Amino acid sequence: MLSRVADNVFWLARYMERVENLARLVEVNGSLMLDLPRDMAPGWQPLITITGAGQLFAAQGYDTAEATVVRFVVADAKNPGSMVSSLAHAREIARTIRDILPREVWEHINGLFLYVNDHAADAISRGTRHAFLKHVILATQTLTGMLEGIVSEGPALWFMALGRNMERADMTSRIVDVRAVAMLPVHGSPLRPFATIQWMSVLRSLSGYHMYRLKTRQRVYPAGVVSYLLADEDFPRACVCCLQRAEDALQRLPNSRMLLRRLQRLRRVVTRTPFEKLSPDALHGFIDRLQLALAHTNDDIARTYFRGELTLQRRAASTQSQSLG
Amino acid sequence: MAIRWSQYPAAPHYDELIAPGGLARAGAETVARHLEQLGSLELSVRQKAAEAAVKGMGITFTVYHEEGGSIDRAWPLDIIPRVIEASEWRLIEAGLRQRARALNMFIDDIYHAQRIVNDGVFPRQYLLESANFRSQCVGISPPLGVWAHVCGSDLVRGGDGTMYVLEDNLRVPSGVSYMLENRQVIKRVFPELFAETNILPVDDYPSQLYDMLRAIAPPGIEHPEVVVLTPGIYNSAYFEHAYLAQQMGCELVEGRDLAVDDDDCVFMRTIDGWSRVHVIYRRIDDLFLDPEAFRADSTLGVPGLLRAWRAGKVALANAPGAGVADDKLVYTFVPDMIRYYLSEEPLLPNVPSYLCADPQQCEFVLANLATLVVKPTNESGGYGMLMGPKSTEEERRQFAELVRANPRNYIAQPVVQISTTPTLIDQEVEPRHVDLRPFILSGSDVQVTTGGLTRVAMRKGSLVVNSSQGGGSKDTWIVESGH
Repeated sequence: MLSRVADNVFWLARYMERVENLARLVEVNGSLMLDLPRDMAPGWQPLITITGAGQLFAAQGYDTAEATVVRFVVADAKNPGSMVSSLAHAREIARTIRDILPREVWEHINGLFLYVNDHAADAISRGTRHAFLKHVILATQTLTGMLEGIVSEGPALWFMALGRNMERADMTSRIVDVRAVAMLPVHGSPLRPFATIQWMSVLRSLSGYHMYRLKTRQRVYPAGVVSYLLADEDFPRACVCCLQRAEDALQRLPNSRMLLRRLQRLRRVVTRTPFEKLSPDALHGFIDRLQLALAHTNDDIARTYFRGELTLQRRAASTQSQSLG
Repeated sequence: MAIRWSQYPAAPHYDELIAPGGLARAGAETVARHLEQLGSLELSVRQKAAEAAVKGMGITFTVYHEEGGSIDRAWPLDIIPRVIEASEWRLIEAGLRQRARALNMFIDDIYHAQRIVNDGVFPRQYLLESANFRSQCVGISPPLGVWAHVCGSDLVRGGDGTMYVLEDNLRVPSGVSYMLENRQVIKRVFPELFAETNILPVDDYPSQLYDMLRAIAPPGIEHPEVVVLTPGIYNSAYFEHAYLAQQMGCELVEGRDLAVDDDDCVFMRTIDGWSRVHVIYRRIDDLFLDPEAFRADSTLGVPGLLRAWRAGKVALANAPGAGVADDKLVYTFVPDMIRYYLSEEPLLPNVPSYLCADPQQCEFVLANLATLVVKPTNESGGYGMLMGPKSTEEERRQFAELVRANPRNYIAQPVVQISTTPTLIDQEVEPRHVDLRPFILSGSDVQVTTGGLTRVAMRKGSLVVNSSQGGGSKDTWIVESGH
């Protein structure tokens, strides 16, 4: 596979995964706001923080009212991390790699792009939001199903799995970070019943509530959820599971030994961390380091497959070689 | 609203579907009857469905704008098909095949012995002045002796029903993907017509193209790597480049993906490192192909590519230099080429043409500017033309100066009364002018697409069919009648 195409495929998967995660975040924040008493509610600011768009948001001089934040996260083309921007990127890429994907995949992404552009206003109003977000989540999951169902094993599929799982690990760690700092229990707090509701919503935003209960056979409690979302080996949106799946994809790709070592090391560190014993500050510090490690891994992936120096060997017996970086 | 062919205003032009008096032409009877039964309201509903299908399938073309960069637009498709009876098509097809053979022999001759020049059939002077003659190609013998592997010839039908060749596009002709996609959409729109009419299929083109490309690989390569080379996403034909690469199962590469080593072999950059490339279906113009050999400022090309081609380490389709026959002055000699190389009479006529390069003919052209179409020899896409009957005196005066300053650069033709075919305009069926671009593949044999891309000028009376200038397209049906 061409390096340029591999780069595109990797990012196509990341953008589509981002679209799904954005839809989940908006959906759950909306329902959380309905469950909590007004003075307890975290508001809509966390969505801006999680998506890493704080500076841009502040620069626009926006307020943190529900409609403003939702429009910014879903429908604002000026926000490069918004749902419409991510889809526009994904579609542009899908268009450039139409030659390697089945037609249905392109038509599906194109269709979702057209839908979101035509219906973005539905996300702003509460009455239509749920149906809109449900459509988006279902459509992104359909894409995952299509890849599984009609794309042959090969570099395209593996780079997409790699991109999807790197994006997912990143997003899950951001969600845990932002929610945890605001919500980890303070002793003697009278508000603990509501903390449980919030942690349930965190699980729900990742469709993980049901799987959490099945796996842990425990009630929802903060350290349990943090540990589950970061270190569970089986839940597809848990960081460790994402890392494991990224490794599975890399196993099948060439020249991946160095990358695999890095990911395995990272996975071991997460698995062995005693989340029950971490203070909120220590957890925040840990997630910072985790995100840095993920960013470094991304750089290594790009260097190995997409953009690194590469030497073109001469075909003749000559021992010299010519660099064509 | 009902459609009544007896009231269809085809006159004064030749109409492709309806003969004078409102009767359908041979091969079009079922289609005409069916359209009449559907009525224009139902047709409008189906037109909307077709447009939705085009949008959903992402069939687009790119238009440039001075501000805001390029814009991806939905491909314009009129659902009423253009019909050609199969027995007539077979004659056209034979004519195109004959033409492609002669053109390839001409190009090969021009870069070798130049027999046609030495025998006085093609004037040496015209060759020396040709902008598309590439001295870098002299003496090269590409595989199978073929230079123009893919040719798109534009055909128009005159007022007397004769099909003329208007020009031959031998550089990087585009449009074949739209021909294939139009058929996909129209099959969804008129499934019942496909069931009751014997419409010949068009789907085979990508595999024929692939087989041809494999056949021109350097000798001794069992599994040649074939790639499509595109200038990139902002090229107006990018959709087609991606489409063909996908249909053939080939890599779609850009210049920056390729490199040439010291042994003149071409490689592409992959996740496994460099990988050898044997055949390149290039959709980049000659001059941008290789900054070492042509334009040094080209960032689209691959340094050393021409060197690799000359060494026979990679095949290029179309071959560099093939454009020497893609010149409106050379075009006027195609009938002579057919007689010279094949000892056959041309099966498809040219539009009668006057060469301004010839002093006598030039005088005639200058005296009759008001009734002629004057065309620059090296432009495509309808640029830089004078439409005599529609021009002002001042425009003719300016154009006469241009012609006098550089006569080699112009030919002139009488205005062809181009045929029309029924087209859906604001829920009514009206005649609009059409042309036809079939595609001809030359490898170990010569193959012609079944029909081609029909382009239609959507504005009343207009002859401009280019999609960038408001032209539309139609599915072209080659219909076997009498079954």
